[in-house]
Amino acid sequence: MHVAESLEEVCALLADDPSASLLAGGTDFMVEVNYSHRRPRSVIAIDRVPELTGWRQSNGHIELGAAMTYAEMEHPLFAAYVPALAQAARTVGSPQIRNAGTLGGNLATASPAGDTLPPLAALGARVRICSRRGSREASIDELIVGPKKTTLAPDEVIVSVRVPALDGPQEFLKVGTRNAMVISVATVALILDRTQRSVRVALGSVAPVPVRAAEAERWIAEVVDWDAPAVPADDILVRFGELVAAASSPIDDHRSTADYRRHAVAVMASRALARVLS
Amino acid sequence: MSEDRSIAAEQATLSYTLRVNGTDRPVADAWLGESLLYVLRERLGLPGTKNACDQGECGSCTVLADGLPVCSCMMLAAAAVGREIVTVEGLADDGELTDLQQAFVDHGAVQCGFCTPGLIVASEHLLSVNRSPTELEIREAISGNLCRCTGYGRVIAAISAAAEARTAAD
Repeated sequence: MHVAESLEEVCALLADDPSASLLAGGTDFMVEVNYSHRRPRSVIAIDRVPELTGWRQSNGHIELGAAMTYAEMEHPLFAAYVPALAQAARTVGSPQIRNAGTLGGNLATASPAGDTLPPLAALGARVRICSRRGSREASIDELIVGPKKTTLAPDEVIVSVRVPALDGPQEFLKVGTRNAMVISVATVALILDRTQRSVRVALGSVAPVPVRAAEAERWIAEVVDWDAPAVPADDILVRFGELVAAASSPIDDHRSTADYRRHAVAVMASRALARVLS
Repeated sequence: MSEDRSIAAEQATLSYTLRVNGTDRPVADAWLGESLLYVLRERLGLPGTKNACDQGECGSCTVLADGLPVCSCMMLAAAAVGREIVTVEGLADDGELTDLQQAFVDHGAVQCGFCTPGLIVASEHLLSVNRSPTELEIREAISGNLCRCTGYGRVIAAISAAAEARTAAD
């Protein structure tokens, strides 16, 4: 058991024993341990490593430490810069879980239902990953390649995530069975980028990995009157919803059906678009 | 040979000291994978923190870690070294009730009582950061604490009453 105090120490410990488990908030890890699905032999706690904590703003970007908790992402000062991520964090688990679970943990677990993943994908986030061999950067789709599958090597640790501070409103919408303590059935992150004159949309829980709705993004960018943005007519909203839903590839499972997920994604995409343009 | 080593490693134990309710509490020869909840209840004789779901869903194991409510079942005990842990037992002297606990009694906010310690810890934290919470803020603060008896109405009444009494007393 190591409670790591620096990034260098984490990288050295992982290099010596790549089979060691990294522990941040514990909200995924401990479920597996408590239910005997995992028997940890060696654990490196990384939640107090200074390089992994907090967030900072620089040159039009926000750098988020991997050990930043959902509760920290909900904070109004942070929410002002990356509202979609703050809204997503707000929907995770309970206050107790949000005080423990981390951004880096959401990425490394790589669940299709990870709520921070669609906002990060829509923002074009860059993930910084370190090991004693060096440092590299990855986009969300380079990092997450399948349900609970990442390209992280056993000796690597996620250090931070960089997202742009964009000019324009952002929305995160989620469908679940109720408001509190719910794993998402379908999610939509939608971001208006006034500078680039683009709409960025990403979906969660409706494909093996978070997906961007590229065709819908291209279509709506041509339709919006960027000099005088206004809520589009109903037929535009519906068409946009259909194009977004077409980017999903949901499955039937114990939480929902594929048909419902496609429907929910279309409705949420239309609603999110109307909100950011109102 | 390597299998023997891994079995030995699995069974290896460790000793550490936790800070619980203002006191240093040594934990000896514990398994690495033990949750803080398990260690509190089974090793440190603090059964006030309840164990129900063991997966962060029910809130009955809520404790404060460095002042924030967390599920103790989701915290690896050996990784809680250096954190200030407060359990329901740490809120009042032995045999006494806090004003909030008394409000739960007065308002009939306790039925089977299993969720009560978690609710008390979560709502005590709420009142420490928000002296006059609205009903919505109370509901939000206890949204991670499942109660299958009360329907929450009396729990919310008790928390409101405790908040009002504290504000009035200032």
